[in-house]
Amino acid sequence: MSLSLPSHIPREAFVRFLLAQADDELVLGHRDSEWTGHAPILEEDIAFSNIAQDEIGHSLVWLTLHEQLTGRTPDEMGFERIASEFRCCRFVEYPKGDFAYTVVRQYLFDVAEQVRLESFLESSFAPFKDTAEKLLREEMYHLLHSSSLVERLGDATDESHRRMQAAVDAAFPQSLGMFEQLEGEEGLTEGGVFPGNRTLRSRWLKRVVPFLRKVSLALPVKGENEHCTILCPIDDGGRKGMHTAHLDDLINDMQQVYRLAPGPNW
Amino acid sequence: MTGREQPIKEIKTPLRDEQDARVWNALAEVHDPEIPVLSLVDLKIIRSVKVDGENVHVVMTPTFSGCPALNVMKQEVENRLIALGFTHVQVEFTYSEPWKTDLLEESTREKLRAFGIAPPVQLVLPQSPEGRKANLQYALEQPVPCPFCGSENTKLDSFFGATLCKQLFFCDSCHQSFDRFKPV
Repeated sequence: MSLSLPSHIPREAFVRFLLAQADDELVLGHRDSEWTGHAPILEEDIAFSNIAQDEIGHSLVWLTLHEQLTGRTPDEMGFERIASEFRCCRFVEYPKGDFAYTVVRQYLFDVAEQVRLESFLESSFAPFKDTAEKLLREEMYHLLHSSSLVERLGDATDESHRRMQAAVDAAFPQSLGMFEQLEGEEGLTEGGVFPGNRTLRSRWLKRVVPFLRKVSLALPVKGENEHCTILCPIDDGGRKGMHTAHLDDLINDMQQVYRLAPGPNW
Repeated sequence: MTGREQPIKEIKTPLRDEQDARVWNALAEVHDPEIPVLSLVDLKIIRSVKVDGENVHVVMTPTFSGCPALNVMKQEVENRLIALGFTHVQVEFTYSEPWKTDLLEESTREKLRAFGIAPPVQLVLPQSPEGRKANLQYALEQPVPCPFCGSENTKLDSFFGATLCKQLFFCDSCHQSFDRFKPV
């Protein structure tokens, strides 16, 4: 099945945009799956195993659209590319770290995903509306889960606060990389596909800044909500294929079986 | 829409109706591998069936987009249709009008209960983020009767469960863990 793109949507930028989303979900889903059998409590083991499956499923949704435009199959995209061909942000490729880091990363990612999918409900590209409506129903549980953990752990005990604060200190500069500008994204904004990464970042800051402050977690920002000034360096480059060595490790793990027997029937 | 996909129903003949019914009956015998008491028809994931001579075109919609059983179900649908004698079988997925648990009929909910899974609560989700959050919160606060003893003295243990479509509950009356079909 092939998909024809309306003429007001620039094709190359659109494909780039799809791939950035698909790769974020695929790579974070893989990181989440690393908690299977290792999470601090059984419920979290189950939660992160489910979230991993959801995120990888969502990656497949975007990669299927990508296939309809480019002819490259989801398996090819997941298993045959090298790190520099991935377009995920660096944020999702860092090792799972302390459980507090996983919780904070998932929360910051879940809000960003929520904000992006909500913007798709008004997209000029019809398939985005349907898909967003579908994925939002699944994603709302991710956000409920991660936000309730942040709320509970943020200022519960000295230790939980210390570990959560360390997680925020590490994750926040990385998380800003989720909103790295894509080459040609102005064309997508003009075409009504999505409002652009700057706008999404403002909407995201409006939610995450007051929420984290409420549970005594300090952020490297000055000012309120979406009007705040960022005081830390931004860890980006992933959208241009500039990744950390951690992505190589992840890809080696993920592609190991496939490389042993290319083109298997799963 | 291409010519091939024109709904056949518009040029209805008794023969075609019979053909449609044959296909629907066959699909009612394909079960969800993870919840074997429910068929694909019970689950409302068969969107449409179009029969044209020896060709059949079935459109399905995913329950949960990451569900690993989807491909198994698709394969099973193809096998059944080939067994019915169709030479050209096409099965595809659509995301238009996304699937939701409110589509499940009372008879399906009863089958879930009998199988030991609490059915999903009604979940009306408005488009606004605030509205969605409020309605989800409300839905999750509704009492969930234990499918084993009927007690409402139950609590949510996790938003997630053994599969993507379930959530983990615990019954404080009969002291058993049980699954509830995740409302989406």
